Amino acid sequence: MPTITKIRKGFDIRLIGEAEKTIKELETNRYALKPTDFIGIFPKLLIKEGEEVKAGSPVFFDKYRDNIVFTSPVSGKISEIRRGAKRVLLEIIINADPDISYIDFEKANPNDLTRELIIEKMLKSGVWPLIRQRPYSVIADPADNPKAIFISAFDTSPLAPDYDLIVHGQGDIFQTGLDAIAKLTSGKVHLNLKADNPSSRVFSKSKNVQINEFTGPHPAGNVSIQINHIDPINKGDIVWYLYPQDVLTIGKLFIEGKFDASKMVALTGSEILKPKYYKTHIGASIEGMIEDNVTDIKKRFISGNVLTGSKIESTGFVGFYDSQVTIIPEGDHYEFLGWGLPNCKKFSFYRSFCSWMTPNKKFRIDTNINGGVRAFVMTGQFEKVFPMNIYPMQLIKAILIEDIDLMENLGIYEVDEEDFALCEFISTSKIEIQSIIRKGLDLMRKEMS
Amino acid sequence: MKALRNFLDKIKPQFEKGAKFGIFGSSFEAFESFLFVSNKVTSKGSHIRDSIDMKRTMSVVVIALIPALLFGMWNVGYQHFLSLGEHADFWATFWFGFLKVFPIIVVCYVVGLGIEFAFAQVRGHEVNEGFLVTGMIIPLILPPEIPLWMVAVATAFAVIIGKEVFGGTGMNILNPALTARTFLFFAYPSNMSGDKVWIAEKADAFSGATPLGDALVGNIDKIPSPLEMFIGNIPGSIGETSVIAILIGAFILLYTGAGSWRIMFSVVLGGLVMGWIFNLCAINEYMQIPAWEHLIMGGFAFGAVFMATDPVTASQTTKGKIIYGFLIGLLAVLIRVINPAYPEGMMLAILFMNVFAPLIDHYVIEANIKKRLKRAKKLIKI
Repeated sequence: MPTITKIRKGFDIRLIGEAEKTIKELETNRYALKPTDFIGIFPKLLIKEGEEVKAGSPVFFDKYRDNIVFTSPVSGKISEIRRGAKRVLLEIIINADPDISYIDFEKANPNDLTRELIIEKMLKSGVWPLIRQRPYSVIADPADNPKAIFISAFDTSPLAPDYDLIVHGQGDIFQTGLDAIAKLTSGKVHLNLKADNPSSRVFSKSKNVQINEFTGPHPAGNVSIQINHIDPINKGDIVWYLYPQDVLTIGKLFIEGKFDASKMVALTGSEILKPKYYKTHIGASIEGMIEDNVTDIKKRFISGNVLTGSKIESTGFVGFYDSQVTIIPEGDHYEFLGWGLPNCKKFSFYRSFCSWMTPNKKFRIDTNINGGVRAFVMTGQFEKVFPMNIYPMQLIKAILIEDIDLMENLGIYEVDEEDFALCEFISTSKIEIQSIIRKGLDLMRKEMS
Repeated sequence: MKALRNFLDKIKPQFEKGAKFGIFGSSFEAFESFLFVSNKVTSKGSHIRDSIDMKRTMSVVVIALIPALLFGMWNVGYQHFLSLGEHADFWATFWFGFLKVFPIIVVCYVVGLGIEFAFAQVRGHEVNEGFLVTGMIIPLILPPEIPLWMVAVATAFAVIIGKEVFGGTGMNILNPALTARTFLFFAYPSNMSGDKVWIAEKADAFSGATPLGDALVGNIDKIPSPLEMFIGNIPGSIGETSVIAILIGAFILLYTGAGSWRIMFSVVLGGLVMGWIFNLCAINEYMQIPAWEHLIMGGFAFGAVFMATDPVTASQTTKGKIIYGFLIGLLAVLIRVINPAYPEGMMLAILFMNVFAPLIDHYVIEANIKKRLKRAKKLIKI
């Protein structure tokens, strides 16, 4: 019997626009790799504009760790290399061939391979960046031996994709992926499922892993929360983590011998006319998804969910790690006495609005900040949505004063930006908490290396 | 509303940095954001934000104070006519009180907000909403006979020395409203204590002592009945007398989550415990009064609900809040009964614990840190 962990603290943001459980093939030939998706890397290009690539051809590598290579998800021609201010590499856009041709990395059964051979294969094919590590949420270092590997098989964030649907019918591939991952650690591989509803048989029948179950509101699906409750990170510990679609990609590498970057992306949000799932590849352009499928007001396009995703253009690309695209209204309008009126159309964590009285109602929320930035005034609020034995406000303040020892003592190794997204959402003082946490993590990483 | 919005859009450029009225930028922003929630959108981090903001949170507290304020206005009139031995109908009573109390509120807000605006202007940031609450609490904890110039001086002292020198709302160590009251208490004791100040335009022959004043000098038999103290038709500071009105406020604060139930609960518990201790070793009449009566006497209820719960000056950790509140209740009753100089202990108890709140938090957080270190060490041993 798997252990069930009950998460009591947290909050579900009820948005309109959950994806229907229908799957459509996405028609697009534009794909992009975005070096900005990877935290803490310094990209060095290996190709030039106009060059032909195959799926699995190296595109760039990390200057600091040159064995970590990023490869093309599709075959085709490099159509554009976009740079931003100070020549920061933003996007490497690929015009895909109608039929994808793959580089052959040789089929293999991971159970017959040594750890070194598995790592070598993953590094060479470009699937390695799918595995990330805590602390710092950066790409895992192949030289480390993590104390455990965590796979969160459910997502509790707003309008999150349903991984049960995504892995449906791919049990063998998933198991092969797990077998490969299991060889990477001397510790356990934890597969964490949602206990409330019966999980896909693909998950519950998985072998070679320890299955744990969780119940409760967001952020119960966040991997930090799961690590904290099962095998917490102490100073010096390293835990690797990944998500079900990543396991499938790794599984396909071993079964088919190629970097098959196909993945499912949920198109969600209140401004989508028909929210549904799309079958596509890593880094696909969203143009094909939103064509004749969005309302005609001013919108924000987000790769990922509304709490942690990144803003993209209407012609932008889905991020490397994202399985979701969300489109919500832009909120750049004034509202007369909006702070004072007892408005029941508004959504709030707090009871001074009435959204808590209608627990099943879903809301259309725009990007307005809904107030001005203030100093910290209210206390005890963050703790209600932060299910770890860590003092969130004190940790944020420790980061603001850049006190390395205090940050370490207060548990910075156990957290990630995404864990503070709800705190940022409910903050009465409208403080940009996620960027503070990122700053703290970057500072720690610099100091500790 | 469209016309108003258009007007604001028209004059807005004149208040931008470097423009004609650029130095009044913060003031313009304060009025504009009062009328219209800004059109600013998220640029990083979470793309959506809760509908709450500081204005709404503070307004909830102001709403919670209104029952105490309205009752206080009526009671000022009631006590006045009672002392004269006259009878007046409800509206005449309320009107007398309104005319006494309203000027105090106006002076308090004008002075306080004036200083807040000036500081925001000089520092170039938005005007904080914290004073909306402070400006309402200060009149409620003053006697009705207080001269208006004293209200102005005390408010200025509280806002400048109590709050702005530390950096403004959110950074202050002491509760600003209590800083104002303490300033008056020590600077002008004759206007803040005794038995002459608690009833407006009192007839000389009438005793105007508060229950605590009576208790301190040993007139235990003169203390009003518990029912009177609960309803609040007794002499006292403007807003503190009616426990019923304060309980309505407490309900609003707890319902909306704007006030911490942990602090309110533990203050009450602390008061009860100290009351019981006195009951056990009673050597005079004051020590014998039932512990629960302390909760409805003087400013205990008002302090517990509206001032101990100030999130900026209270402890910030969950455990810390319980210790902080408990000690406030304990000290308030201790000062009341033991110290002959101060009839009411709530004010000094809260200020004292304001100073100690960071220390309490420090030890609560140290405990958390030690737990984490222990977890790490345990693994190393294995």
